[in-house]
Amino acid sequence: MTGRRRLGLGVAGLLGFAVLLEILPRLLGLRADVLPPLSRIISALADEVREGPFWSAVGATLLQWGLGLAIAGVAGISVGFALGAVPVLHRITATTIEFLRPIPSVALVPLAVLVLGTQLRSALLLVVYASFWQVLVQTINGVADVDPVANDTARAFGLTRIERIRHVMWPTALPYVVTGLRLAASVALILAITAELVIGSPGLGREIIAAQSGGAVPLTYGLVLVTGLIGVVVNIVMREFERRALHWHVSQRIEVVT
Amino acid sequence: MNPAKVAGRVTMALALPLFLVVSWWFASAGSEDLYFPPLRTIVEVFPETWLKGGADARIVADVVPSLGRLALGLTLAALVGIGAGLAIGSSPALRAVTEPVLEIFRAIPPPALVPLLVAIAGIDTLMKVLVIVIGCLWPILLNTVEGVRSIDPVLSDTCRAYGIRGQTRLRALVLRSASPQIMTGLRQALSLGIILMVISEMFAAKNGIGYTVVQFQRTFALPEMWTGIIVLGLLGVVLSLLFRLIEARVLSWYHGQREMQRS
Repeated sequence: MTGRRRLGLGVAGLLGFAVLLEILPRLLGLRADVLPPLSRIISALADEVREGPFWSAVGATLLQWGLGLAIAGVAGISVGFALGAVPVLHRITATTIEFLRPIPSVALVPLAVLVLGTQLRSALLLVVYASFWQVLVQTINGVADVDPVANDTARAFGLTRIERIRHVMWPTALPYVVTGLRLAASVALILAITAELVIGSPGLGREIIAAQSGGAVPLTYGLVLVTGLIGVVVNIVMREFERRALHWHVSQRIEVVT
Repeated sequence: MNPAKVAGRVTMALALPLFLVVSWWFASAGSEDLYFPPLRTIVEVFPETWLKGGADARIVADVVPSLGRLALGLTLAALVGIGAGLAIGSSPALRAVTEPVLEIFRAIPPPALVPLLVAIAGIDTLMKVLVIVIGCLWPILLNTVEGVRSIDPVLSDTCRAYGIRGQTRLRALVLRSASPQIMTGLRQALSLGIILMVISEMFAAKNGIGYTVVQFQRTFALPEMWTGIIVLGLLGVVLSLLFRLIEARVLSWYHGQREMQRS
């Protein structure tokens, strides 16, 4: 299938879905507080964008997401490299990591509320906790993937530990690190919205709750749709980031050839 | 492996966790801080908080309903996700049509759906199961699609040449080739499902782990709240271990194959 045909079919799919959302509620006679037609969702959203606290909510959500991802990224990569570069450290910490990683970050919600309050800090705790493990585990796997021959060669040529990290480990681990960051980016968004919903830190999640408890069902749908669109943008940005960071890597070059 | 080596490994594995627990125990001993009660107190209130009371004990009245909803939600999500994934994965045209719509649905953070579903389905079990189903559906669906897409063309052609089709083809070729990807999807769905289970209960519920923990927080029953956090943590760890056992079973052929290719 050519790229153009695929694009056409994709657009057709989107349009078809939009039409379905518009017609189905009318056809089935669904009450507007169950599933309002798409046009009402969009007009409610448009009002909110013009007059409501929409943009500051989007800004707050993105701030929590970005800040949390950045902290988790830096921490995950540095700890991952430290553990990967010193095998003894990795062996000692392996069980602890395996134990801490599956702990659902929402378990920390009550603690975060009481100790850190309902502001940005609480949300950051959840976001960082959840996304840190994604980056860390991928980084450790990446460093473990370093070719021993390449490493020994570098050592034989007298490269110091720092130089080996820079020229041998970093390029090997980078694809893994970028994958970890990409996974962490969507997890961070989920947790940012969760924190806003459950803790009530400022952001789109809190607006969703406000709309729902105010009985503004079309707006609730609209805001949920916006979180989805933000998610799509996040995915696209992270994929582009992956492409740029790894433009030299085999996995990216194959796509060009075929 | 000789016994000394095994002992060395076990020590290595257990040293840090033990050290952390022991440091927590001593660092928190005699703690006056309301929010960080001594670990000793937490351990002391644990049995009466979760285990006491026979059929009314929280482990029966709260943990079991939570796990039941999680299991039901995950099963439904797996059935729908794998079924739709097989259909979409096998047809390039269907894939092209549905891809952008699926991209949007996948990108919606599932917790955002909780308030919507509360408005639609009330606060009963139905809502909580729906939240889990809708949230866990996408990772399973998309991974199944990827799995079906990456079927080895040689195997596919071989099947065609031998006239293998229908049920047999589905079982022997499609499901089997896609199973590593499907398991990846299920693993992602499991950790997401636990989060959604807890969140939906924190919102509105009459029972469940999330509900219990939030009640403890609101009544400032701090040691009890800590036991709740520990229960949730243990649950996450046990479920992921369980899943790994199942995965090792289901994918034993795959891991064997990979080993062969590497050596």
